[in-house]
Amino acid sequence: MFFVFLASGLFLGWSLGANDAANVFGTAVGTRMVKFRTAAIACSIFVVLGAVVGGAGTSHTLGKLGAVNALAGSFTVALAAGLTVAWMTRLRLPVSTSQAIVGAIVGWNLFSGSLTDMESLTQILSSWILCPILAGVFAVGLLKLTQLFFRFARFHLFTIDSGTRLGLLVVGAFASYSLGANNIANVMGVFVPSSPLGDLHIMGLFKLSGDQQLFFLGAIAIGVGVFTYSKKVMLTVGNDLFRLSPIAALIVVLAQAIVLFLFSSEQLENLLASNGLPTLPLVPVSSSQAVIGAVVGVGLAKGGRNIKWGVLGRIASGWVSTPLIAGLISFVCLYFVQNVFSQKVHSPIPYEFSHQAAMKLRGLNTYGDELDELIGKRFKSAVEFQDAVGQIVESESLANGVVELSELHPLLVDVEALAPQLDYHWYSKEQVHAVFRLHGRRFDYAWQLADALASISDSWRLKPSTKKNKLYNKGIKAKLQHLNGLFLTNLAPPN
Amino acid sequence: MEIPFGQAKEIESQVDAFLDAIVKTALVLKEGVRAYLHARPEDFENRIKAVTYLEHQADDLRRQTKIALYAHSLIPESRGDVLGLLEHMDDIADEAKAILRDIEVQSPEIPADLAELFLEVTDKSVEAVDNVVLAARCYFRDPKKISAYINKVDFFESETDRAGLMLRKKIFRSDIDLARKLHLRYFADLLESLSDIAQNVAERLTIATIKREV
Repeated sequence: MFFVFLASGLFLGWSLGANDAANVFGTAVGTRMVKFRTAAIACSIFVVLGAVVGGAGTSHTLGKLGAVNALAGSFTVALAAGLTVAWMTRLRLPVSTSQAIVGAIVGWNLFSGSLTDMESLTQILSSWILCPILAGVFAVGLLKLTQLFFRFARFHLFTIDSGTRLGLLVVGAFASYSLGANNIANVMGVFVPSSPLGDLHIMGLFKLSGDQQLFFLGAIAIGVGVFTYSKKVMLTVGNDLFRLSPIAALIVVLAQAIVLFLFSSEQLENLLASNGLPTLPLVPVSSSQAVIGAVVGVGLAKGGRNIKWGVLGRIASGWVSTPLIAGLISFVCLYFVQNVFSQKVHSPIPYEFSHQAAMKLRGLNTYGDELDELIGKRFKSAVEFQDAVGQIVESESLANGVVELSELHPLLVDVEALAPQLDYHWYSKEQVHAVFRLHGRRFDYAWQLADALASISDSWRLKPSTKKNKLYNKGIKAKLQHLNGLFLTNLAPPN
Repeated sequence: MEIPFGQAKEIESQVDAFLDAIVKTALVLKEGVRAYLHARPEDFENRIKAVTYLEHQADDLRRQTKIALYAHSLIPESRGDVLGLLEHMDDIADEAKAILRDIEVQSPEIPADLAELFLEVTDKSVEAVDNVVLAARCYFRDPKKISAYINKVDFFESETDRAGLMLRKKIFRSDIDLARKLHLRYFADLLESLSDIAQNVAERLTIATIKREV
C-alpha cells in the first residue's frame, strides 16, 4: 500500500526532474554547448548521489514545518504539489517545486488543524528571499573574478570553448548534486514520517537507511523526469530573461550550485557551527529562484540594460502564486480524499494541559495559575487548543509554550523490544545506560522523556543555546526525536 | 565526447594556416605588382601561380573550418561571427588573385612616372591587410590587443586612399589618351579595394570582439 501512495511523490519527482534539471543544464543544452544526452546522464547520476548522500538536512526542516503523519495525507500533499507544478508548467508559468510543496504542507496543516511551525515557515520564506539575492551576489563575484582572469590569461577562442564545455559539465554535475541534496526533501520529505522502510545492508559494504532508500526512489523519478520531459524546457530556458554567453551561463550555474549547496550541506553547517560562525538554515530552496537571482546579478553587473524586467515581474509573481495555489489544491484534495475516498489523511494529535505541564511551566517561571481551568481537558487538535489558550493568556510566546508542552505523545520505554533498533554507533554508552534505566516507564509527553533522561545523565542535557553549542544540541534533539519515534505507544483514555 | 580539446587544437591550426595564407596572398600580390612594373615576366608568372595556389589553399581551409565548426557544434555563440570573418578575409585572397589575373590578361601599359605611385598604393593596401590579419589573430588569442591593430588598419586604409587620389590625379593630368587613363584608373581602384576589404573586416572584428566580452 505504501508504494501505491508513494506514486504521487514519484510524480512530483518526475515534474521536478522535468523542470529543475533545466535550471542546471538549460543554458548549456540551449546554447548547444553540451549535448542533451550527456547532460541528462550527468544530471541523473549526480541528482541520485546528492539525494542519497546529502538529502537528510533539508527534510528535517520540512518535517518541522508540518509532520504529515498519515500515508494518504502524504500522498495527497505530494499530489497537490505535483499537480501545481505540472499545471503551471503547462501554462508556461515559472514554477518552483520547493514553493509548491511548502504551500501544500501548509494546506495540510490547515486541513488537519495542526499548527504551522512559524519558526520553520519564517526560515523557509526568508530563504526564498535570501536565495536569489545570494545567488546574484555570488554570480557578480564570479563574473568579476572571471573578467580579471581573462585580463591576464591568453587562450585561443577554441580552447576557451572546450574549457567552457568541460566547465559546464562539471559545474552542472555539482549543481545536480546540490539539487538532489537540497530538493529531494520536496519530493520525499512528506513520506519520511509515514515510511515503513528499514535499514538495508548492501552486500555488507554499505548501509542505506529507510530515508535514503526513499530518497533513492525519488531521485530515480527525478532522473526519469530529466530524460523524458526536460529537453523541451532546457531548450527554451536561459534566454528568456537575459541573453547569456556560454561563460556567463557557466557562472550562473556555478552560483546556483553554490547557493543550493550552502542551503543543504550538513557538513558545512557543522564546520561553521563548530567554529562559532553563523550558519544558514538547511531548507529546500528553489533552483529556479537561484538561477534567476544569478542571471539578474550578471545582467546588473553588465549595466542592467538588457534585462527584461517584464519577464522578471512575471516570474516573481509566480513565486507568490505557486505556494498559494498549491495550498488551495492541497486543502481541496485532502477534503476529497478524506470524504469521498474515505482515507485517513491525518492522525489527530490530541492536546491536554496536565498538572505535569503546569508544573513544568511554573518551573520555567513563565506561568502563574491562570490556565488551571484547562487542566484535565483534552482537545482534539492544536488549533482548537490554541484557541482555548489564546482566550486566557495574552502573551503569544507563553501561548506557544503551553501548546508545545501540551502535545500528547504517549511513550513506553521498552528497551528489550527495541534494543536491536538502537544504533550503538550513534548513541554514547552513557546515553544508552540512561535509556535502559528508564525501562518500563510511561510518559504522556515527549518533553517528559527528555527531562527524565537529562536528570539521569549529563550526556542527555542540552547546553546553553549559543552558536558553538548549536551542533551539540542539534545532535541531542535528533536522538530524542529518534527515541520518541521508537517508544511511541497508544494513548491512555482521557481522565 | 563533446569536450573536443583535440579538435580545438586542430581547428586552431587550421585557422592559423588560413590567416597565414591570406597574409601571403597579399605579400605575393605586392611582389607580383612589383615584378610587372619592373618588367620581370617570369617572376610575374611565378607570382600568379603562387597566388592561385594560396587562394585555393585559403578556400580549402575555410571550408574545412566551416564543416568542423558545424560538425562538432564548436563556439556556438561566436560561430556566425567567425565564419563571417573567415569569408570576408577569403575575399582578400580572391581579390589579390583577381588583380594579378587582370594585370596578366589586360597587360596595362603603365608609364614609368606612375609606377612609383602604383607601388605605393599597393604597399599601403597590403599593409592594411597585414594588420587586419594580425587583428584577426588577436581576436582568437588576445582580444585586448585588437584595437591597436584595428587603428593601424584604419590608418593604412586612409594612406591608401590618399596615395590612390594622388595616383588618379596624376593619371588624369598626364598626356595619355582617355581610354588608357580609364584603364589605369581601373587598376588603381582594384589595388585600393584591397584596403577597403581589410577595413570592412576590421569593423566586423570590432563588433565580434565586443560580443566576446565575458
